[in-house]
Amino acid sequence: MDQIRHKVAIVGAAETDDLGTMPGMSRLALHAQSARNALDDAGLKLSDVDGLLCAGAIPNEVAEYLGIQPRYIDGTSVGGCSFMIHVRHAVAAIMAGYCDVALITHGESGKSRVDMGGRPGRQSPGAQFEAPFAIGGAPTTFSIPVLRHFHEYGTTKLQLAHIAAATRAWANLNPMAMMGSHRRTPERGGGPITPEDVLNSRMICYPFNLLDCCVVADGGGALVLVSEERARDFPKPPVYVLGAGEAASHWMVSQMPDHTTADAYTISGNAAYRSAGLGPEDIDHVMFYDAFTFTPLMAAEDLGFAPKGEGGPFFAETKTGADGEVIYKSGPGGDFPMNTNGGGLSYCHTGMYGMFAIIESVRQLRGECGERQVPGVNVSMAHGPGGMFASGGTLILGRE
Amino acid sequence: MADYTGALPQATPESQPYWDGLKEGKLMLPYCGPCDKWHFYPRPFCPDPGCFSWDVEFKQASGRGTVYTYVISSLPIPPMEESAPYIIAVVELEEGPRMMTNLIVDDPYAGEDLRSHGSHWVGHAVEIVFDEVTDEVTLPKFKLV
Repeated sequence: MDQIRHKVAIVGAAETDDLGTMPGMSRLALHAQSARNALDDAGLKLSDVDGLLCAGAIPNEVAEYLGIQPRYIDGTSVGGCSFMIHVRHAVAAIMAGYCDVALITHGESGKSRVDMGGRPGRQSPGAQFEAPFAIGGAPTTFSIPVLRHFHEYGTTKLQLAHIAAATRAWANLNPMAMMGSHRRTPERGGGPITPEDVLNSRMICYPFNLLDCCVVADGGGALVLVSEERARDFPKPPVYVLGAGEAASHWMVSQMPDHTTADAYTISGNAAYRSAGLGPEDIDHVMFYDAFTFTPLMAAEDLGFAPKGEGGPFFAETKTGADGEVIYKSGPGGDFPMNTNGGGLSYCHTGMYGMFAIIESVRQLRGECGERQVPGVNVSMAHGPGGMFASGGTLILGRE
Repeated sequence: MADYTGALPQATPESQPYWDGLKEGKLMLPYCGPCDKWHFYPRPFCPDPGCFSWDVEFKQASGRGTVYTYVISSLPIPPMEESAPYIIAVVELEEGPRMMTNLIVDDPYAGEDLRSHGSHWVGHAVEIVFDEVTDEVTLPKFKLV
């Protein structure tokens, strides 16, 4: 208990200069640019880095590309939550003295597909037992658990649609968000949306309409971590790791043990709560990975914010603001501030979005979020799945 | 059949009896004698961590089950370029294991209340259909009983 609380801090966090469509940058260049930006944010030099953790690339690829020879490496690459797991591993590595400055990088040419590798083989379990049934990536597989949840608990599409509308409302307050008002006109699908708009958008793979799905983008992000002994020596206020968890459950979504509960979420979440000595009631702000509207609903239930099966009504609760506007449960002004950068749904989703969730937690804790700053964030949770609820990674982060 | 456009599986030594069985119109699944339990997908041992026995044999399963969950894809993924929307389902077999498949129905959206909690096909009884997509590969699809 409490073995890792406050021992290691995030002192640098940044995305690439841009997010969206960047055909001029390869996968590894996105890693490198995000590394530069996070090191700048921390006031550190590349030559200070002696620990390197990354996903979507072998650590040696990134080390060679950057020209460094780290003495600690971790290439855990289990999908979107890999970076939560990297933070957890970096904490252990720094505490053990395996490295002093850990750099975690993400870069993915998710839209332009520059250096994104070839097609998978035909002999893996996925190629043999799922691919032949015309699955077409995440919209057809991340959706698999949803109708079982509908069936058992009466969850509805309209309830899910509230998550998309709330998340878009945050995006409208973030100048970097791809679908927010700052970057995209209503004619091109940007700006405010209602739950009705979600239901009326093009059907992709029932139960998901277009606006239930994340954007597809190029981009990257990086984090820099050091021991708490040095944490106050940097330009920005340190953000401490209070607790962390990880888990692996299945890999193919058809083999998920229970399609209404993500075991990887509960194992990872419980470990994070235990190590932080905190519970859901102590969390002021959450970043729940949202590849689709249903993804954060599962997190809210499995991490103890809503009772199992009641995530639908939980997120569909609204109130009316002073000017008659709708205030969503998880949107600006709501009492469950979630995905305040605009989420994978409306800010950016490269394929492995988890890095961006952590960056937003850091920024909310530093109080540097401008219009979208949630008041009084002392403890933030960043949580995500890898694969289709296959892995879980949970971080509980806090201020000084 | 030579122009089949869908993703084709290639067996490993461990899954060969399963794919051979389908070609013969049989659903052959691994069965663990010591714990009297079937599993899917085929592994040469029992994937119950409390058992982990390698005393596993392929036996013919009933080919009957129920729809556990599903989606209705509108995406033109080969070989469904012309046949969307189509159903991708997870079927729970009578013997216990669950497997991904396509559910063959006339109208995938029949009975759905799309705005509410449509999950019409969950729980429907189904049985296997052997879909010989190439000379080498037969895929296990399911239809309503």
